[in-house]
Order: sequence, then C-alpha cells, then structure tokens
Amino acid sequence: MKKIISGNEAIALGFGDSGGVFASGYPGTPSTETLEEVARLGEVYCEWAPNEKVALESVIGASIAGGRALSTMKHVGVNVAADALLTLTYTGVNAGLILMVADDPGMHSSQNEQDSRNYAKFAKVPMLDPADSQEAYDMVRAGFEISEQFDTPLMLRTTTRISHAKGAVVPQQKITPQIGEWVKDVPKYVMLPNFGKLKHIEVEARLLKLQEFAETTPLNRIEMRDAELGIITSGVAYQHVREACPDASVLKLGMIHPLPERKIREFAGSVKRLVIVEEMDAIFEEQIRAMGIDVEIGKNKLPLCGEINADILRAALGGTGAVTPSPVAGLPQRPPVFCPSCAHRGLFTILSKLKVFVSGDIGCYTLGALPPMSAMHSVIDMGASISAAHGMAKVNAIAGRDEKPVAVIGDSTFFHSGMTGLMSMAYNGGNALVIIMDNRTTGMTGGQENPGTGKTLQGFPARQVEMVPLVKALGIDNVVELNAYDLKETEAAIKKGLATPGPYVLIDRNPCILRYKIRKPAMIVDQDKCTGCRACLKVACMALGLTATGEKQKVRVDPNVCNGCGVCKQMCKFDAMHELEGENNANL
Amino acid sequence: MQIFNIVIAGVGGQGVLMASKVLAESALASGMDVKQNEVHGMAQRGGSVISFVRIGDQVNSPVVMPGTADLLISFEPLEALRYIHYLKPGGRLVYNKVSINPSTVAAGLAVYPQDVEQQIAAACTNAQGIEALSIAREAGNGKAVNMVMVGTVMKDLPLKEEVITEVVKQLSQGKGVEVNLKALAGGAAA
Repeated sequence: MKKIISGNEAIALGFGDSGGVFASGYPGTPSTETLEEVARLGEVYCEWAPNEKVALESVIGASIAGGRALSTMKHVGVNVAADALLTLTYTGVNAGLILMVADDPGMHSSQNEQDSRNYAKFAKVPMLDPADSQEAYDMVRAGFEISEQFDTPLMLRTTTRISHAKGAVVPQQKITPQIGEWVKDVPKYVMLPNFGKLKHIEVEARLLKLQEFAETTPLNRIEMRDAELGIITSGVAYQHVREACPDASVLKLGMIHPLPERKIREFAGSVKRLVIVEEMDAIFEEQIRAMGIDVEIGKNKLPLCGEINADILRAALGGTGAVTPSPVAGLPQRPPVFCPSCAHRGLFTILSKLKVFVSGDIGCYTLGALPPMSAMHSVIDMGASISAAHGMAKVNAIAGRDEKPVAVIGDSTFFHSGMTGLMSMAYNGGNALVIIMDNRTTGMTGGQENPGTGKTLQGFPARQVEMVPLVKALGIDNVVELNAYDLKETEAAIKKGLATPGPYVLIDRNPCILRYKIRKPAMIVDQDKCTGCRACLKVACMALGLTATGEKQKVRVDPNVCNGCGVCKQMCKFDAMHELEGENNANL
Repeated sequence: MQIFNIVIAGVGGQGVLMASKVLAESALASGMDVKQNEVHGMAQRGGSVISFVRIGDQVNSPVVMPGTADLLISFEPLEALRYIHYLKPGGRLVYNKVSINPSTVAAGLAVYPQDVEQQIAAACTNAQGIEALSIAREAGNGKAVNMVMVGTVMKDLPLKEEVITEVVKQLSQGKGVEVNLKALAGGAAA
C-alpha cells in the first residue's frame, strides 16, 4: 500500500522489509527519526549507542555475526565513527552493512557543512544517494545486495531535504531475515599489518569491480530529452533540476561512488552543453573534469555553500525567470530559544552575570551563546567543552592569568565524548569548572533516550548510569549537585567552584520540561509594583514582554506561553511577580 | 492539475508539522502526488518554523519557492509577515491573530511591530485573520490551534472536506478526536 513518509521513515521501513536484523546509531539532525521509526515499527532490534563510533562498531559485530545491519548518524557523526569505517573497508562484511549518513547542506541544524561524499572516496566504499522517499526505501535493499555481492560496507547518504521531506512510497515484497554463519576468519577480520596489506590490494580491486557495476546498474539512469542541455546530478538536486529544466536531458546518478566513467562519457557526448548540479563540494565535477570532459557550468556558477534550489539553478543557467520576491525587511528575528521553564535558563542567567569564559558544547544549551545571554564563547564538537576548557586552563596557568574556565555540557553529550575529556582533566591536573546539565534526555534532537535515562530506544527498562559516582570514578573529588532554578544557590555554587583550585564538577539534575511534560502555573506581573526596570528580561524568556502602552513600559507575562519556573521572579527586586492562581494554560 | 503550493508557518510548538501531515495525508488519500517538507531540529520551542506542502499530478522538488505559493497558513501574525513573500500574486493568506513574542522582543532587544495586521493587509488583498486560540479553547484544547487553521483553509484547498475530516479523525487519539473535529469545524466557520 502507498504511504506518504519521510526519507528517514522510508529507510527504516526499507530496513525492516529487506531482512534487517540489527540497527544502532546516535541521534543527530537530520538523521534521528530513522532509528526512532525502526523502533516504532517494532519488527527489528535497534538501539541508541552512546556515540557513533560505538554504533558503527556494534553494527560491524552484527554483520560479522551474520545479520544485516544498519548504522545511522548525521554527517559529523561519521567523523567520530571514521576510525572504524576506514578499517572496516578493509575487512569487508559478512552480512550486508549499511552506514546511513545524513548531510545538512544549508546548516539548518549543524555546526559545519561537510560533504559526506568525501568519505566514500576516502574509505573507497560504494555510496548511494536517493532523490526521494521511494528511492530511499529501494536503496536500502539495493544497498544490502551491493554490500554482500562486493564484500564491502556501503554508505547510504541523504540530505536534510531527503531525510525530512515526505513523499509517496510503495513498499516491495518483504524479505524474511536470514542470519548467516558466525565464522572465525583471522586474515579477514584481524587487521594486523600483514593481513591489512593484502586487504588493501583487495580494496583497490573491489573499487574497479564496483565501477563496472556502476556502469550498468539501473541506479544510474539517463533521461534523454532535449540534446541541447545535459545535466549530471543526484539526490535532491535532481528534483530541483526537473523543476527548473523539465526538458533537459539528465544523467541521474543514484550510485555516486565510484562514478560510471563510460556512462558519463556517453552522456556528455550526446548533449551540446554539459552542466553538473551538485550541492556543496565539487565531487562529481572534479572527477569528470579529470576524465578530460568539458563542463560548461558547475561550481563556476553554482554555490559551494548552502542548498541549491530551482531559482538558483535558473539563474546559473542564464534564465530570465520572474524576479524572486524579497522578504519584508526589518522584522524582529525569531531564533530558537530555551523553552519556557527550561533549567538551562537559570544557569545561563548567572553565567552571563558572572562574565566568565564558557567553553560550550553541542546541545540545547548552545543557545546560551545567543543574546541577551551571550554566555558561551566556544563550541566546536561533541565533548570539546571539557577538553578545550582543560587546554585553556593550562595556558592560563602558563600565562599567569588567574581565571578558571567553565565548561557546560549535557548528559547525552557527556556520555558521547565528554567523559574521556574529564578523565584527562583529572589525570593531567587540570583546573576547570565543569557543569553537567543532566536533564536525562538528548534534548536538541527531540528527546531521545541515553544511558542515563533508564530506558532503551525500544522502551525497555535499562540500567541507569549514575552521574555522581561516574564523575568520581573518572578522578574528580569535588562533585556537587546543583539546582539551576535557584539563582542564588547557582551563583554561590559557581563562585565556589571557581574559587576552589583543581577540577570541580557541578551537576544539575532537573529533568527536561519538554521531554517529561512538566507543567506549572503561569506567573503574573503586578502592574502597580513593576517599575519597568527590565531586570527580569535578562532571563531571555519568550513568555515575557513589555506592555505596549503607558508612560513607562512595564513587563507582562504571556499566560499562553509561561510555564511558571519562577526564574524571572527571582530577578525582580520589587516583588512584582507572582504565580497565577489556577491551572497551567500554556498552549505551546 | 497544476501544482498547488502551500506554505505553513508558525512558532516551534504550535503544531505546524501536524497540520502539514493532515494536508499531505489528505492529498494522498485523494489520489494525488504530494511532497511535504519542513526543516526541524534546532526549532524546539519558540523558533520560527516553516513547512511546505506541494500537491499535484507529479511533484518533484519538496521546496516551495518565494512568489509561488497559492496558500500561506500562518499560526502567528509576525510569521505571516515573515513569509508573505512566498505568496504568488493574488495568493490566499489565513493567519492566527494571536501573537507570540520572539525571544528577541521578550529580551527587549527588538520591538514587535504594532502594525503587523495593517502591513499584512497592505501586502495581501486576500488575507483573513482569525482568533484561532479562542476557537481552539472552545473546542476543548488551546493546543488545537493547528486544526482550527486547517479548518479555515479547507475551502481554499483542492481537497474535499470529507477527506480532510476523515484524515484528522484517523490521526487523532482518544479525546483528541472530538476536540480536533470541533476545532476543524470551528475553523471552517470562522
């Protein structure tokens, strides 16, 4: 039956329908819903790993044990898993293995715009690039077949507009999982140098065989229309091409590594003008130019940064389409913000007040870097808050600067790769204040389970990691619990942590109000007592605002938005804020 | 049929994605091709959210380009103005008149334009503002603003009202069925 599902949901469905046995990944936009959907469908075992390296390694084990396996992650997650990937390409697989990676051109929700197609070249593995939900579904099955036929891991690459766009999918006949034998094969799976050298030769030979396969597979197809204009493209860019140039001839690549050289030559020879349309890096273009083929338009006219769309394409092709209307200028921005009553708000109110250097991390709390808090001063990658703070403290000591950096990290990010940094800080005699915001969820990606939540991806009870003993075991003596909703307590705790020499860890254990649906009565401002001093506005809560009229603007609380945490009330020196009688009325 | 382009805008947490799902499922149930796309991830609560639904015989790109939307549905007045350039000339706009402060306004760093509705009227001659929150509350839940909005635009869509109503029924659970159907009807009467 035809369904309307996202690319992520299609991959999950395709996995279950294609004999999938084991799936593991780490949440990351835009990949997250894939494993969530595998869990929701409930047919195949799946789990969240604490990070992408663990996820891929577990999937490697599953493949060795004979089960078709899938690992899911966002583009930067592959950096974490790359150590495993770059040797996995040598060992090959037993049962089929797919690494699904979701790129984020346009950086809707990412810290960089890396192009994962580089990893397919780097690791010398085949890569498929679906152009809609149906292809995403079909390419899981095709991917397993290629993986097993060529004894190779396969990368299935999406972008945000594939992962999050919904389209029609007609499922194929379901395949019952067949679990293969669990075989001991030392030269295949033990990558000592002597075995690895032989494997490298096999990898190069495999790549040539895959290239032959790419020449004939229906995954790469030529759509001959007008021979005047020929476009080589893949993924969502294909859809934009069809939108902007319905009459053009197109070589639509579904398998994007290795490239089918003969097919490309044949296509280039059959059209007058050759154009290459690819988002981000010039991966196709560099390879095609290296074949000695003339390319009229590629990255000379199309952007290296951000997404491509039909309008950009028309402009690059020299079209004289209608002028695109511009947005209304001067409107107030509406950036994402801490939810009303989020515990992060109290913490960042104080960090902002104390003007300390905050080494930040990846999660909801990264929003603490935005005005008016502006209380986060570096964010690099998962876990870097702690290790970077350590480096800062060491240089501060050498420079004779008497300043202790503050690292802020969430529970899931701490389990992902903050723990090793903290162990290093303890081991190497570091000197930073580390604040772990343990809200017992992976918040920014929508509230996923992690080793601290007491539940698995499939909803089963799990052993819950205890944060305080864990931090102590890593070598930290000063571990203090914190309630970030209490501004006075928070300020005192941070000051004490900064004044105490050596590593010092504060742990806030207030749960995520969104994930755990915590509701409190809204606040109300006594307009007679409010002086309009705006001290409360420093907490940056969207429930607050200034009254529109009156000689002096005063503060009002929007009862449709407020969730009654009372952090703003603690900022008020005039006792003007009170809890509203009655139940919570917030509708966000 | 020509492709019918819909843009749905609002604030994270208002149910823009659920409204998009209703429209996309209704198009599928009507035997049409459809692509629906939104960008989410960073938008937890309070951020600007935009979603596209494209309905037609065959739909390629999941993205609606500015100047091509037949219908803009906005759950908040400022967001209507932010995305009004997506409308094609003569395009239809339905918006919820209840405003929500952006964090920049809440922090006193920016001012919410007091003349939003006048600006909307000046930019779009086919605009209708509704009190979606009070209609949703009358239906039984302030969170049903999204179904109120869908109700109001039903007559503007190339989809049958019965199909949309049936899809809403299927996608709702428990008490939500009654609330959402009431919200849908309340929106249609607005």
